[in-house]
Amino acid sequence: MGLSESFFGSRFGITAHDLERYLSEALSAGGEYADLYFEHLSTSSISMDEGIVKSATEGVTLGVGVRVIAGERTGYAYSDDLSPEKIRKAARVAACIARGPATIVKTGFEEAQRHDLYPMLRAPHEMGLYERVDLVKRANQAARAYDARVFQVQASYADSLRDVLVATSEGRLSFDRQPMARMGVTVLARQGDGDPQEGHSGGGGRVTLDYFLTEKTPEYFAHEAARQAIVQLGATEAPAGEMTVVLGPGWPGILLHEAVGHGLEADFNRKKVSAFSGRVGQQVASPLCTVIDDGTIGNRRGSLNVDDEGVATQRNVLIENGILRGYLQDKLSSRLMHSQSTGSGRRESYQQIPMPRMTNTYMLAGESDPEEIIRSVPRGIYCTTFGGGQVDITSGNFVFAANESYLIENGRLTRPVRGASLIGNGPEALKYVSMVGRDLKLDEGVGICSKEGQHVPVGVGIPTLKIDKMTVGGTAA
Amino acid sequence: MSELEQIASDAVKLALARGATDAECTISDGAEFEVNVRMREVESVKEAGSRGAGIRVLAGQRSGSSYTSDFSAEGIAKMVNAAIELAKLTSEDPHAGLPEPGALGKFAGDLRLYDPAIEGIETEWKIAQAIAAEGFALAADPRIANSKGAGFSSNVGSRVFANSRGFVGSYRTSSCGLAVQPVAVENGSTERDYWYTSSRTAAGLESAEYVGRKAAERALRRLNSRKIATQKAPIVFEPRTAQALLGDLFDAVSGSAIYRQASFLAGKLGERIASDALTIIDDATMPGLFGSSPFDDEGVAARRTVVVERGVLKSYLLNTYTARKLGLKTTGNASRGLSGAAGVGPGNFYIAAGEIAPEKIIGGLKSGLYVTELIGTAANTVTDDYSSGAAGLWIENGELAYPVSEITIAGNLKQMLMDVERAGADLEFRGSIASPTILIREMTISGH
Repeated sequence: MGLSESFFGSRFGITAHDLERYLSEALSAGGEYADLYFEHLSTSSISMDEGIVKSATEGVTLGVGVRVIAGERTGYAYSDDLSPEKIRKAARVAACIARGPATIVKTGFEEAQRHDLYPMLRAPHEMGLYERVDLVKRANQAARAYDARVFQVQASYADSLRDVLVATSEGRLSFDRQPMARMGVTVLARQGDGDPQEGHSGGGGRVTLDYFLTEKTPEYFAHEAARQAIVQLGATEAPAGEMTVVLGPGWPGILLHEAVGHGLEADFNRKKVSAFSGRVGQQVASPLCTVIDDGTIGNRRGSLNVDDEGVATQRNVLIENGILRGYLQDKLSSRLMHSQSTGSGRRESYQQIPMPRMTNTYMLAGESDPEEIIRSVPRGIYCTTFGGGQVDITSGNFVFAANESYLIENGRLTRPVRGASLIGNGPEALKYVSMVGRDLKLDEGVGICSKEGQHVPVGVGIPTLKIDKMTVGGTAA
Repeated sequence: MSELEQIASDAVKLALARGATDAECTISDGAEFEVNVRMREVESVKEAGSRGAGIRVLAGQRSGSSYTSDFSAEGIAKMVNAAIELAKLTSEDPHAGLPEPGALGKFAGDLRLYDPAIEGIETEWKIAQAIAAEGFALAADPRIANSKGAGFSSNVGSRVFANSRGFVGSYRTSSCGLAVQPVAVENGSTERDYWYTSSRTAAGLESAEYVGRKAAERALRRLNSRKIATQKAPIVFEPRTAQALLGDLFDAVSGSAIYRQASFLAGKLGERIASDALTIIDDATMPGLFGSSPFDDEGVAARRTVVVERGVLKSYLLNTYTARKLGLKTTGNASRGLSGAAGVGPGNFYIAAGEIAPEKIIGGLKSGLYVTELIGTAANTVTDDYSSGAAGLWIENGELAYPVSEITIAGNLKQMLMDVERAGADLEFRGSIASPTILIREMTISGH
């Protein structure tokens, strides 16, 4: 596809000559590098609550960001108006960071390499609005039918389509059309006039509505949310203190995201403020652990054909058999660290400067039978569903919050316990991994990662894991 | 009428002309500046502006919403048409609708939300402030060996709202802020902390020297921390962590959770839910503060609401919809981005100051935990479970004895509210949610 057939070429008449002119303006005060990020985002969402469709929203945002890099300095400006005067003005503002004679921009663009990870049979706008309504109605019905103790159901469906164009002063041009869809179900259940309990479920990815008709149905998410709420009705106090923790497969992989992923982002390591700084080649996890960040998995929530700097995403090995192998790089950090971009430069929108970020972070499967892992624990906790998490990059301390957990006593799951945070230290926690299951599973597709105020979609995954020692923050001391 | 007020009013009129029975339009227009520096060098400068419009239409008891960044006549018309089409999809909701005309209005006093001086500040001065703040942190002690950087930011914006019941209003806001994040290193222990100042006026900021030194002091006192044993102990939340705890409690008094019975405080109006030491207020009419505005996001005049008075739950916080669901009156807490039905949000939501100095609260404890940081908090306001990662200082015989980290604190929100023994005199507003130092009688600390 050439520029003229691309979204921005055909719809807004943007030509290679325009892009060269804007990039020249951006480098008019010097600097080694400039890029333009054009973004058109259309979104649609529907939600059902108390058995009725309460809201339906659509929207469109459009804009372009201009970035100039001079040494370690970045200048950034953006415009929500694609008129040449406004883009040139943004380019001049971004240029303020540099001091010197103009840098000559290479003429002519070459299309950058990209994957094709999320082909669309039908674009979101080609689908009837009623098809979206049907999804939330089905979820609502299924959750209510699951158990008579369910008394509140909220179901939502949201999709979006993002068209991007990245043009760089190195003469690279990238286009991408990125779909995203997600369903969510929240259920409240109550036994008699006891306290209510909540269950959440959801999923999706770089897919369109059809995914929820064929792959994961509204009923699937509804049943899962209702099941969680019902389980919690019988939950008792969570334990407190250090103990053996077994994590179930899938979403509990948020452990990796918090314990090691953020700490391996190159910006923190270039500045030597990460607990992992200078540790490449060192043992940071048990030899059973190999951790990958992979932006190239088809239709996953964290996947991208090209990252938000126009670089094709990759499968990056972060930890191999316990040894730290490398960092997640964007253009700026890799330039300053004399390394290569790993296709990890991401941004929330055209209004933001890209940073090194994760895509889909997971641990390779091991050889243990998941049931054998639980049988091996005399006393501990088994966690299958998590809320969010957070990490202090510098000390390495991280927290993630378990929503659904069970006590393990003498190798058996004995009873569900209430929500509790788990805390550990990044470079230490994975050294206590003593068994890795053969059941690797990626999450359902709900993750949102936040860094310096920018939110991007991500995925995580793990097989069943046994961690010999971790601090569980319950109330039963 | 300003240009943006005109665009909002015209969008509402267009919606009515296209068949809507009611409509409301929100416009937001803003410009931002941000500089980040690190190790005394500029890292990034960002400067730009953008705007957006959103509309919500009602067709009888059905509603639909849309938004756009395209302010051309064609862009606005597309937005209005999309909302009207979407309204056909939704269900009849007997409680949907705009506020009663009598509820619409604007707070009359000067809220001092906008300082024209902010637009005049030179870029060089802003950069110098960030470099100075970081410089004071780096110079404070040789153990401040690194930095995650410092930043200065400023914003100006306008918020416009119009609806088909005759309301048109707008207000301008400004803000600026200075923050620094030093890193302290000693004997293999590496710790970061931060301090920041923010204000609606340039003159309202703390000095670069104060911000830099305070941040350094906070990072230094975390060095060589210990992990402590699992135990139950009194917990003192410093203002910054007490504010986070209060923020987590907001959902429990929000009408959205109450009418769904998704809050542990549902059905408790008029009852004792906390100790005498706790009074919680929401007030959107305090001049110069971040939670203030002349009207809420559906055109209802801002006001002061006592939420908890000496332990008794006096009011929930409500918008028009949640008030109707509960048979109550709106408290002027409607909140939304650009589009969609309004949710419920805080004005200035705060714990009223007590009379005791924070040093005396600490001084009165034989042992306990002084919490200076919460991370990864899981606060469930449906069930009342609370569990959070924490770091802070251990209190021994009334003194801050040594730093602790890699622990969690946990409890039940219901019990924690009853166990608030003290609220300090040190209430300060750094954002729209604020608290003085508070003491909770006992929580579970999980360590080794």
